[in-house]
Amino acid sequence: MIEVLLPFALLIILAIIVVGLLPLQNLLAVVALLGAYSFIMATLLVALDAPDVGMTEAAVGAGISTVLLLAALKRVGSEESRGRRLDPSALLLSAVTGVILLYGTSGLPEFGDPHGAIHNHVAPYYIEKTPEEIGVPNVITAVLASYRGFDTLGETTVIFTAGLSVIMLLRLSVRRRVDAARDGAQADDASAPPEDQ
Amino acid sequence: MNTETLLTFFGALNHWITIFLIVTGLYIIVARSNMIKKLTGLVIFQTSVYLLYIGPGKVLGGTAVILNDRFTVYSNPLPHVLILTAIVVGVATLALGLALVVRIKEAYGTIEEDAIFEQDRDA
Repeated sequence: MIEVLLPFALLIILAIIVVGLLPLQNLLAVVALLGAYSFIMATLLVALDAPDVGMTEAAVGAGISTVLLLAALKRVGSEESRGRRLDPSALLLSAVTGVILLYGTSGLPEFGDPHGAIHNHVAPYYIEKTPEEIGVPNVITAVLASYRGFDTLGETTVIFTAGLSVIMLLRLSVRRRVDAARDGAQADDASAPPEDQ
Repeated sequence: MNTETLLTFFGALNHWITIFLIVTGLYIIVARSNMIKKLTGLVIFQTSVYLLYIGPGKVLGGTAVILNDRFTVYSNPLPHVLILTAIVVGVATLALGLALVVRIKEAYGTIEEDAIFEQDRDA
């Protein structure tokens, strides 16, 4: 019973955080609440027998994401200008999506049901064969790095591309600022040497 | 009310709260004009979707999939692997989005969607 009640309690906390985040206009507070949200989510994932995912979520979701958001806030300012306003079309879209998803969950197996469809396909094979084929006790590591190593390679490609794009975008903005500073200096004093950086 | 019924009820309730989180994230993405706030909505949306995967992977009485002689029942490892990938790709998406927001701020002087559309119309 506790296996169902613990996720329920954590989900209630998550729902409260999200509802509290909705009307906030101070973006710094939004980022702080988002960090709390990610951390509760990490706890919930551990409660659902996924400690690897929980640790990644705590490190990447609550850690790196928060740092990235704070770094961006430093450059764009942390106040949302427009006040709270209910958007009827967005509300309708969300409600319709919610109803469709609710309809979809009616087809899911019951919570924790060991006879659900996903438990009867390749998962038992991985659990059974990992000790002899891969030789590590953690099956998730075995699947991630060995059985599905190509997927992980694809994931690295995605991250590499995203990292490249971020560097290109931010370098573009740095170069612009340097050019602007140089133009300003030249306008001030034509004989001054251009500041190259 | 017996334990079986309570289990079914709370199991379904967990799904409903997950869907509430997803839908709230979607609402923030569509309704809010500030781009950082939109990205926050995207993060909430993504993170809640993880639960739709991890939840069904859980087996009652099972444990984390780290093999040990003392345990016989394990949860399903496949959703965990999928979501590990999704988390890392999610933070890559967020980083790219934030870099775009920083560039937009430099080009337009604002990150409010309404103001940007206005400037585009005037130009």
